[in-house]
Amino acid sequence: MKVSVQREDFDLGTEVKAISRSTKTGAVASFIGLVRDVRMTLEHYPGMTESSIRKIVDEAAGRWNVMDCTVIHRYGDLEPNDPIVLVAVASAHRGDAFAACEFIMDYLKTQAPFWKKEHHAAGASWVEARGSDDEAAERWRK
Amino acid sequence: MKVRLLFFASLRESLGTAGEELDLPPTVTTVGSVREHLRSRGGAWADVFAPARNVRAAINQEMVQVGASIKAGDEIAFFPPVTGG
Repeated sequence: MKVSVQREDFDLGTEVKAISRSTKTGAVASFIGLVRDVRMTLEHYPGMTESSIRKIVDEAAGRWNVMDCTVIHRYGDLEPNDPIVLVAVASAHRGDAFAACEFIMDYLKTQAPFWKKEHHAAGASWVEARGSDDEAAERWRK
Repeated sequence: MKVRLLFFASLRESLGTAGEELDLPPTVTTVGSVREHLRSRGGAWADVFAPARNVRAAINQEMVQVGASIKAGDEIAFFPPVTGG
């Protein structure tokens, strides 16, 4: 399992290959989040960010068959269309790969200490948290 | 009781500081009472920690609720709801 919080870009192909080495792996599901519309700066809480993501990954591995997993989240200055986050999950079968990937993404949105600041022509402003993100994470409790 | 405070994102900007070492009076024993203690400083502190403001907290890098107990040497962080991903 790999968790990386970094400024640098990442390569999907390299990351997927790295978690697909086992001959027992039958499925890899991946998700990439991109910057929409405006330039932004991402701040995070070094230390807590990594440990909170590890906790989410561990919980996913307890619920589904997760043979390997990589989560990469960028911080710093990002341009429109830049990749922000990658979640890739390798499982024996697709159902577990899809579910674990979505679960990790939903929890990351509400639990990992990142904050986005958008840079508009009129000035910079912090992005407000969305209730729909809390609801997305909450549905996994049912 | 000495603790380390950290502030992130909009809180850090509004308060003009990323954190401080603080010696708390013995009556301050929970995250909620730390918040009250900081609010009583007035000015930007009163605004940032006003009861209506949605402020999250972590002790030693674990998210906690307002009733969580604190102890000497803790790292206590305050921040707005997270917006990553």
